Amino acid sequence: MRNFKRTALLLTLPASLVAICLYAAPILQVLALSVTEPKPGLANYQNLFANAAVGRVVVTTLKVSIMTTVLTVVASYIVAFAIIHMSAGLRRVSLFLVLVPFWISVLVRAFSWITILRRRGVLNGALMETGVISSPLDLVYNLLGVTIGMVHYMMPFAILLLYANLSDIDRRIMQAARSLGARPATIFWRVWLPLSLPGLALATLFVFVFSLGFLVTPALLGAGKTLMIAEYISVQISSTSRWDLATSLSTMLLLVVGIIVFAAMRSPALRAAFVARPQQ
Amino acid sequence: MTLLAIEDLAKTYDKVTALTGINLSVEAGEFVTLLGPSGSGKTTLLMSLAGFTTPSKGTIRLDGKDITHLDPEDRDFGFVFQGYALFPHLSVANNIAFSLKVRKWEKARIDARVAEMLSLVGLDNLAGRKPRELSGGQQQRVAIARALAFGPRILLLDEPLSALDRMLRETMQKELKRLHRETGVTFVYVTHDQEEAIAMSDRIAVFNHGRIVEIGPPRDLYKKPATHFVAGFLGENNFLSGHRADDDETMVEAFGTRFSAPLQPRERPGDVLTIWVRPEHIRLGPAPGDGIGFRATVVENSFVGAVERILLRTSTGEQMVATLRSEAHSEYKPGQVVECRIDPAAIGVLPSE
Repeated sequence: MRNFKRTALLLTLPASLVAICLYAAPILQVLALSVTEPKPGLANYQNLFANAAVGRVVVTTLKVSIMTTVLTVVASYIVAFAIIHMSAGLRRVSLFLVLVPFWISVLVRAFSWITILRRRGVLNGALMETGVISSPLDLVYNLLGVTIGMVHYMMPFAILLLYANLSDIDRRIMQAARSLGARPATIFWRVWLPLSLPGLALATLFVFVFSLGFLVTPALLGAGKTLMIAEYISVQISSTSRWDLATSLSTMLLLVVGIIVFAAMRSPALRAAFVARPQQ
Repeated sequence: MTLLAIEDLAKTYDKVTALTGINLSVEAGEFVTLLGPSGSGKTTLLMSLAGFTTPSKGTIRLDGKDITHLDPEDRDFGFVFQGYALFPHLSVANNIAFSLKVRKWEKARIDARVAEMLSLVGLDNLAGRKPRELSGGQQQRVAIARALAFGPRILLLDEPLSALDRMLRETMQKELKRLHRETGVTFVYVTHDQEEAIAMSDRIAVFNHGRIVEIGPPRDLYKKPATHFVAGFLGENNFLSGHRADDDETMVEAFGTRFSAPLQPRERPGDVLTIWVRPEHIRLGPAPGDGIGFRATVVENSFVGAVERILLRTSTGEQMVATLRSEAHSEYKPGQVVECRIDPAAIGVLPSE
C-alpha cells in the first residue's frame, strides 16, 4: 500500500512540474515585477488607488460581475430545479443540452451574440420588422451586452453545480412536508430554498470569482467601451507596456479573489456544501 | 366504528401489479400492521393511503367519504418515514411546529403544543437541537412527535424502526405502543419484521405478491394460520409432509406416526398434506404424558441463551427444529435417538401446495 502511495505521488509529478513552470512561476514573476518595476517598493500599489481610470474599471467590473452573478444564479436555479423534477428520459436530454455550450469556443459564442444583438442584428431586425420598435435598441457594446454574454457563458457551470446540490436533497423531506399539510409554495420557500442554500452559495461564489477575471467575452461584447479589469490589464501589457500597472493590478485581483474565497469558505452555508452527504 | 375503509384497491405500474384486490377496514383507535416481505405491496398500500401514490383502481374511504384522489396535504394523516425525513435545517421544536405554522395557529398555541409533544416523546431538553445532532432513536421520536403534532386522524408509519439496532428497536416498540395508547390515534404500521408486528399490533394484515393473504389479531394468525405462507412467515415453524390415512378418514400419517387431526372434508384418503408444528410444541425425552409420540434422531444441538435449539431427523428423513427451555441436564448429543411428543392441538394441517 505504502509503495503504491509513493508510486501514485510519482505519477502526479509531470503534471505538477507543468503547473509549477507554466502557472506558479509566472505568477511569482508577476508578483516580483509589481514590486520591482520600475524601482523597488510598494509605489505601484499606491498609484493604483490614485488612478481614476483604474477606479472606473473596477466599478465597471463590479457592476458587470454582480449583475452577471445574480442573473446567472437565479436563472440557473430555475433550470436546475426544473431538471430535477423531470422524468429520467427528459432529464438526460436536458442535461445534454446544458453541456452543449462547453463544446463551443467562447470566441464563437461571443461573435454569435454580436450577430444577434448588434443594431442590424437578428434580434433588432426581427423586432423592427414586426413593428415592436421603430429604432434599433443598443443591446451590445455596452454593459447589457457584456452581461448577456457572460450570463450565457456562466449558466452551464451554475446549472451543473446547482443540479448536483439539488439532486442530493432527500425527496422524502418534501413528502414529509406535504403530509404535514404544506402546499407547493410553502414547501418551496420553507424547505427547498433553505436546503438549496449551500448550492446557491457555492454557485454564487464560483460565478462571481469567475466573472471578476473574465477576458474574452467582455472584450468582444464590450468592444473597449465597457472595460473590465482583465481586458484593462491585457491592454496595459500588450499595447501600452505599463508593466508596473498591469502586474500590480493583477496581484491585487488575485489577492481580492483569494480573500473572497477564504471568507466565503468560512460561512456555514458553503462549508455545508463541501461536507459529505446529508446525514440520516 | 370503521374509520378507514379500503375497497378493492389495486395499483399497476406499467405491466407490474404491485397491489391487487385489497379490502381492509380499520377501526378508529386501532393499531393495524401491514406485514410482508419486501415487494409484497405493503408500502404501496401505505403510500396510497397517504396520497403519494394514486391507485389504479378501487376506493379509499375516511368516515365513508371517498378520499382516493385527495392530495396528501389535505388528508390530515401523519406520516413517519423510513429514515425519518426530518427537516435538517430546522431545530427539533421547529420540526414539530411545522404543521402548526402551516395551519396558521397562534404562536402561544404552537408553543404549548410543541412543549406538549416534546414531553410526550421525552425530548423536553432537546428542543433547540438540529436533527443531525441527535441519535437515531431521538430522531425517530422527533419524527413521531412531528407527525402527531397537528392531531392527525391516522398515523401512517413506514418501517420506522428498521434503521435502529436491536436493543433500541425493542425500546421503541414499547414507546410506540405507549404513544398509541396515550394519544388514541389510529396507527397503520408497515413492517417486514414479524416479531415487531406480533408485539405491537391489534390486527395484522399479511401481504404476499400484492395481495392480503390473511388478516387477524396476532394471536389468531400465529396459532391458527389458514395458509402455508402465514404459518411460515409469522414465527418459526416446521413443515412436514403427511397424508390422509387410507383406512381411517380422520387420521393423518406423518413423520413415522399417525394421529387424528382436524381435516377438511374435501381432503380424500391418500391426499398429500402439509403438517406444521411450532418448535416450542415439540417435547423431548421419555416424559410420561399423552400426545402424539414418535422417535427422532438428534442432528445438532445449539445453545442460544434462554432456549436450546435441537435439530431432529424423523424416521421419514425429514428435519424439524425443537426449542427447549435451557436446563442443566438437557444435554442431547448428535446421533442420540429421542422420544418426542406433540400435543395434537398444537398441530396444523394444511392442504399441500
